[in-house]
Amino acid sequence: MLYLDHASTSWPKPDCVHEAILRYLRDVGASPGRSAHRLSLEAERIRFDAREAVAELVGMKDPMRVVFTCNATTAINLVLRGLLTPGCHAITTGMEHNAVLRPLRTLEAKGIAVSIAGCRADGSMDAAAIEQHIRPETKLIVANHASNVCGTVLPVREIGELARRHGITFLVDAAQTVGAWPIDLHHDNIDLLAFTGHKALLGPTGTGGLAIDDDFAVTSLPALISGGTGSRSEEEIQPDMLPDKYEAGTPNIMGLAGLAASVRYLIEYGVDEIIEHERLLTRRLIDGLGDIAGVRVVGPGDAQRQTAVVSFTVDGLACSEIARALDENHEIMCRPGLHCAPRAHRTLGTYPDGTVRFAPGPFTQEEEIDLAIEAVSSIARRGIDG
Amino acid sequence: MAEFAVILVYTTTDAIFAERVLRRADLAAKLIPTPRHLGSDCGSAVRIPASESERCEELLRTAGVSLSRIVPLNT
Ligand SMILES: Cc1ncc(COP(=O)(O)O)c(C=O)c1O
Repeated sequence: MLYLDHASTSWPKPDCVHEAILRYLRDVGASPGRSAHRLSLEAERIRFDAREAVAELVGMKDPMRVVFTCNATTAINLVLRGLLTPGCHAITTGMEHNAVLRPLRTLEAKGIAVSIAGCRADGSMDAAAIEQHIRPETKLIVANHASNVCGTVLPVREIGELARRHGITFLVDAAQTVGAWPIDLHHDNIDLLAFTGHKALLGPTGTGGLAIDDDFAVTSLPALISGGTGSRSEEEIQPDMLPDKYEAGTPNIMGLAGLAASVRYLIEYGVDEIIEHERLLTRRLIDGLGDIAGVRVVGPGDAQRQTAVVSFTVDGLACSEIARALDENHEIMCRPGLHCAPRAHRTLGTYPDGTVRFAPGPFTQEEEIDLAIEAVSSIARRGIDG
Repeated sequence: MAEFAVILVYTTTDAIFAERVLRRADLAAKLIPTPRHLGSDCGSAVRIPASESERCEELLRTAGVSLSRIVPLNT
């Protein structure tokens, strides 16, 4: 069995992740922030471990500015719905996931203007493509760091620099990159970074959050969800303090226990090691698939400029059928279609038919990549079930 | 002089942050339920040896932990 769907959710997770989740369930169990007994405090320690690890990974000094949500989508919604008010303008890119575009379209109906800066046919863009859309009322630039369709990495540092120069808030959708690509909140000029726990961070589903730069004033960003935090219990208004402001309600500590373990594992293992390994796999995939007659690889086709996400089409064959055959006949799991990113597929010229996406992970072996290439080659030569 | 002092913080996360910073400096910091007469910002507070109050405050400020105040604990 070969799992090539890491861009959806990574699997398998390191053993320490299972162990941390089990330990929480078996030995701790309580919720953090609510009571002050030892088990509740231990739950808070676990959550703090996760904050410290994420902060360290993205180059932040203050773990209090890492707030947890249940995924990147919630973190993105928190920012877009909180920051953008009628009359404002926001700029995004032609490579976004629906996690960004759907909330923006919802806001558009409420009087918020949205511009989409175009990208090249391989998904790439220069910061200048964004600059031309800036208006006096532009409040936010939101861009994904790497595409979930074809791995193209956008120049976030340059975009961030531009945003700083114009006094515009910059939100990065880093769902595909934290843990798989270098990222540093401060050096990359990022105000707000949305991350998810279950992809390259190797944690469980239902974890994610928002990393907030030291200089970003949280008073300008209302909470998406308000409610109990365990702090300021005498007050009926949402406290403004971090992290409580954005963490109302009992959190997914079981998930955060796993995330704390997985991020610590990544830091010790070395993100650079993983990048190096995944680059090897990506190059092998791009070259191998590219050599098959009738196969077209979409995106940069350059392992230096993309994450380990390789999308392709096969002449005359439907993506969904290819994926079915890969699963049923070759035990290879991948994701076909539009990948929740119709806009990105339009940019890449693969809308509405979509692509087949192979996304290996840190534990995928080179021989496994060869098996996947062999399977696609056989399908391209002999037909779907040939 | 009181034997202990308590560091009052705003959130449980601050309490854990403080505990971690102080323990890393080998200080005997212990989390306790906030004595009701001292406030209700947060259910947990950090108990420290009163003689270490100044050092603790310095360490916490350097690490960026927000604290409300440090008060002697009269038992
Ligand atoms: C680029 C991108 N943004 C956002 C998301 C949303 O992440 P999540 O489903 O964890 O909220 C994903 C993945 O699904 C993604 O690939």
